[in-house]
Amino acid sequence: MHHVVLERWSQGNSGFHRLDARAKLGAALVLLVLIATSRARLPQLGAIYFVLLAGAFAWARLPLRAALARSAVVLPFSLIFGAISWLAGDSSRAAALVIKSYISALAVLLLMSTTPMPQLLRGLESMGVPRFLLMVAQFMYRYLFVISEEAQHMRAAAAARGFTVRGASAGKVPFRPAAGVLAVLFARSYARAQDIHRAMVARGFEGTFGLLQKSRFRWQDGVFLAAAVVTPVAVRFALERIAK
Amino acid sequence: MTPLITVRDLRYQYDDGTLALRGVDFELFARETVALLGANGSGKTTFVLNLIGLLAGHGHIEVCGMQPGKDTLPGIRRKVGLVFQDSDTQLFMPTVLEDVAFGLLNAGIEPEAARARATEALAHTGMMDAAQKAPYHLSAGQKKRVAIAGILAMQPEILILDEPTTYLDPPGQASLIQLLRRLPQAKILVTHDTGFAQALAERACFFDQGTIVATGPVTEIVRRFAWDRAAVPAEACEEPRP
Repeated sequence: MHHVVLERWSQGNSGFHRLDARAKLGAALVLLVLIATSRARLPQLGAIYFVLLAGAFAWARLPLRAALARSAVVLPFSLIFGAISWLAGDSSRAAALVIKSYISALAVLLLMSTTPMPQLLRGLESMGVPRFLLMVAQFMYRYLFVISEEAQHMRAAAAARGFTVRGASAGKVPFRPAAGVLAVLFARSYARAQDIHRAMVARGFEGTFGLLQKSRFRWQDGVFLAAAVVTPVAVRFALERIAK
Repeated sequence: MTPLITVRDLRYQYDDGTLALRGVDFELFARETVALLGANGSGKTTFVLNLIGLLAGHGHIEVCGMQPGKDTLPGIRRKVGLVFQDSDTQLFMPTVLEDVAFGLLNAGIEPEAARARATEALAHTGMMDAAQKAPYHLSAGQKKRVAIAGILAMQPEILILDEPTTYLDPPGQASLIQLLRRLPQAKILVTHDTGFAQALAERACFFDQGTIVATGPVTEIVRRFAWDRAAVPAEACEEPRP
């Protein structure tokens, strides 16, 4: 599964992996804002940011080609909107949509593939993201795998009784089996949520998660954050000055 | 000897009207292992959920001198550790170590002490190597051991295991039996596995339609209710295979 690969990547031991989650979150946030608000010389800016991100992937010792392929998951969406803009006669806007979405996806992928989910969530919490939202994210991440497995079991059970998507679509009620699977999956997820809550309460849960270790923000993290903010900001303003 | 758990005339009805418990009387003594046998839906799991206040029925329950109530439930849940049937239900934290330490941190234990106790519990269950792994990367047997470690870390006086052999292969079951034999706590085993029950428990209680209809030595209860494969009619076993 997609998130299992990311999790394996996030367990690496490179210098980039060891950086504090808050430093990486801050750097990613700045880059996302810069790319989202850029207008002048966007192809050049995108190319330079791409090189910076590729360098970070190399530092993290992660496979760049696989990362580029995974970031392409956003392209079907941005290409559709890009095509609409292009057909409307605004080709620069079309290119901007594709460049911005792809670079943003690559930056987020770098963050997620170098920061284990618990550290990432703690980093977000220390930056003021509501704890409730983070709990929802944590549980969704944890049980995505279990629910996906249940869905696969149901799919296998349906296939074992001769169900095929092609066969169903030729029948009179093509969506009924799929709706049934979704309904059962929802009911099972609900029942599992109740069981999990019971298991948590049984071990004294009263609404807040305790932390086993507190992260420390070292001087190396500060240096990284400063460099990761100053470099893309400087690049953007330099390109804007050239454009004028 | 004073029992660790005393239950008198416990009744419980689910919201849909199902009368799951119809007056259960039960006692558990220190260092004793009791198996709860009976058909699906006979009330075994409902009964153990009542013991730690996850369901609230009517009747008298006393656990380690405490009756379930708003003020006593945290104490009762520290004394009684419940291992759920499906380990995936119980293992929800991102790493094994964090999951084992979950209950300790909830009990207000300092992170360093919680880490030490969680590590000790993992070592006790032979799962030290998995401390930094994500729980869903483990096998069913490993998940069960981690779930037990999460309970042992709390240092409970009583262990309740709900269908502990579900999803376990025979080596996994044998390994679990060895582990449980080493633990000194009093235990309640909710199980259909009569071999497992006979390997660990001195006494069995047989549930039928929401009440305990018999209690006694495990082998005697199994024989009395024909609660193993012998329950299948002999002629069914003798039918020729197609």
